[in-house]
Amino acid sequence: MSTTSLTKASRKRPNRLQIFKEIGGRPFAMTASFSFVLLLGIWAALSYTEAVDPIFLPTPGEVVVEMVRLLGTSEYWNHIGISVFRVSAGFLLACIIGIPLGIFAGTFKYGEAFVEPPMEFIRYMPAVAFIPLIMVWAGIGEWAKILLIFIGCFFQLALMVADITRRVSHDLLQASFTLGAGRWKAIETVLIPAIQPQLMNTLRLILGWAWTYLVVAELVAVNSGLGYAIMKAQRFLNTDQIFVGIIVIGLLGLISDRIFAFLNRRLFPWA
Amino acid sequence: MEALKRETIFEEQPAEGKTGVRAVPRGEIAIRGLQKVYETKKSRFEALRNIDLNIGTNEFVTIVGPSGCGKSTLLRIVAGLDELTAGSVALGGEEVIGPGAERGMVFQGYTLFPWLTVRENIEYGPKLKGIPTLERRALSNHFLKVIKLEPFAGAYPKQLSGGMKQRVAIARALANRPKVLLMDEPFGALDAQTKLEMQEMLLEVWEKEKTTVLFITHDIDEAIFLSQRIVVMGAGPGRILKTFEVPLPDKRSPEVRELPEFLALKRELGQLLKH
Ligand SMILES: Nc1ncnc2c1ncn2[C@@H]1O[C@H](COP(=O)(O)OP(=O)(O)O)[C@@H](O)[C@H]1O
Ligand SMILES: [Mg+2]
Repeated sequence: MSTTSLTKASRKRPNRLQIFKEIGGRPFAMTASFSFVLLLGIWAALSYTEAVDPIFLPTPGEVVVEMVRLLGTSEYWNHIGISVFRVSAGFLLACIIGIPLGIFAGTFKYGEAFVEPPMEFIRYMPAVAFIPLIMVWAGIGEWAKILLIFIGCFFQLALMVADITRRVSHDLLQASFTLGAGRWKAIETVLIPAIQPQLMNTLRLILGWAWTYLVVAELVAVNSGLGYAIMKAQRFLNTDQIFVGIIVIGLLGLISDRIFAFLNRRLFPWA
Repeated sequence: MEALKRETIFEEQPAEGKTGVRAVPRGEIAIRGLQKVYETKKSRFEALRNIDLNIGTNEFVTIVGPSGCGKSTLLRIVAGLDELTAGSVALGGEEVIGPGAERGMVFQGYTLFPWLTVRENIEYGPKLKGIPTLERRALSNHFLKVIKLEPFAGAYPKQLSGGMKQRVAIARALANRPKVLLMDEPFGALDAQTKLEMQEMLLEVWEKEKTTVLFITHDIDEAIFLSQRIVVMGAGPGRILKTFEVPLPDKRSPEVRELPEFLALKRELGQLLKH
C-alpha cells in the first residue's frame, strides 16, 4: 500500500460544496449570472416555442420592447413617481414612530410591558385585512395607501427594533456606567450606536415589505401608480405590460436595497 | 491632580497624632459585614457572607479564590453594579449606592465600544465629564503612550488583539481618573506570554498613575507578582479565609518570581487553595 494510495488520496479533488466555505468573488458572480441566464432560458424556451399560450406568457423580447416603450412615456414615469412617493411616505412614517417606540420597549421593562403585548397581537392580523377599515377611515385618497403601508411596516419594525435593543451587550452598558454614564447618556452613547448596523439591516428588510404593501394598496380603487398600471394591463390582457410592471418594481426594490447596503458599509466601518 | 501619598490603613491600626479621630484617606475602600444572597421564589443562595475588608489609598490588593466563590460578585458590588443584601461598602467614607466614575472597572470579557476608535474609547469618560476637546486629546495622548499603542489611536477594537484590547480597556478606565480601579480577571482570556507582558505593564502603570487597585484572579502567580496584599477567599458561602502581605518590594521585575519569598508564599497559597 503506502505511496500509491497516499498520492491517490492527496490528488483527490476536495468537493466544491463545503459547508460554509467561502468561494471567492468570481465563482460567486459566475454562479449568480448562470442562475439568471437559466431563468431567462426557461422563460425564452417556454415562450418562443409557444409551449405556453402567448396571451399568458409574452416572450422576453416583447417585454423588453414594451419596457423601452413604456419608459419612454411620461405617464409611466408618473406612475413610478407616485409609487415611490407612497412607499417612502409610509415607510418613513413607520420609522419615525416605530424606531423610538421600539427603542423604548427594548430599553425599559415597563416599556416592553406597555408596548409589546398589544403589538404582538396586532402584528398577526394581516395588514391587507385592514383595507376595508382604512377605506372607511381614510377614504380612497393618498392617505389610505400610505396608511396601509404604514400598518404593514410599523408593528413589525417596532417589535424588531425592541428585540435588537434588548440584545445589546449588557457588559457594554455596565462599562459605560462605570465610566460615569447615567441612564440617558447610556442610551445615547451605548444603546443607540450599538443597534445601528442591525437597525439598517432591519430597515432594508422592512422596505422590501413596503413595496409589497404598495402593490396591494394600489390594486384597490386608484388611478395612478405601478400597481394600478399592472391592474390596467391585466384588464386588457396585456401580459407584457404586467411583466414590465413587476420587473420595474423589482428593480426599484433592488435599488433601494443596494442603497441601504452601501450606507451600512459606509456608515458603520467598525461592525 | 493632588499629590497622593502611599499609605496602607488597616482598621486595627491606631490613628496617629490627632485625638483618636482617624481621617478616612482618599480612595480607601471600606467593606463592612457584607452579605449577598441571591434569592428566587424557589431557592436561596448565599454568595457572600460577612465580608470585612479595607483597602488603602494607592494600595494594590488582589483577591484569589476558587471559581464560584463570589469574587466577581464582590467586585461588582463594590462597582455598584450589583446590590448587596446586608452590610455596607464605602469609598472614602461615602457609601456606595450605584456605579460611578470614581470606581473604574476592567472586565474579563472585551467591553470596548466597537463603534469608537481606540482614542475615542479612551476619551469616552472624560467626554462625559465635559472635559474640553484639547484637554481630552492630551489625556488620550498620555494614556496611548502609557499603554504603548500610539500607532493604533485611529484603529477600531475589532482590529486589535486580545491583549491590546485589554490595554485599551485599562487606559479607558484610567483616563477617567478614578479613585479605584476594579479589575475582574482582566488577563484571564490571554495566552501565557501576553499575560506576563500585561502584568508588567500594569505594574508600571500603577507606579506611574498612583491609583488604588482591587484585582481579581484565580492565578496565584499573578496575585503575588502584582499585589501588595492578597486576600484569599473560600466558597460555600463565599468568605475571606486569610489575608497575606506580599513580602516583596513595590518595584518588581520578572525575576522576583525566583525569589525564595515568592516561592514560599506561592506554596502557602497553593496549600490553602487546594481544599
Ligand atoms: N445572578 C445570579 N443569580 C444566582 N446566583 C448567582 C448569580 N450570579 C452569581 N451567582 C452565584 O454566585 C456564586 C459566585 O459567583 P461569582 O461571583 O461569579 O464567582 P467567581 O467570580 O468567584 O467565580 C456562584 O456560585 C454563582 O453561581
Ligand atoms: Mg468571576
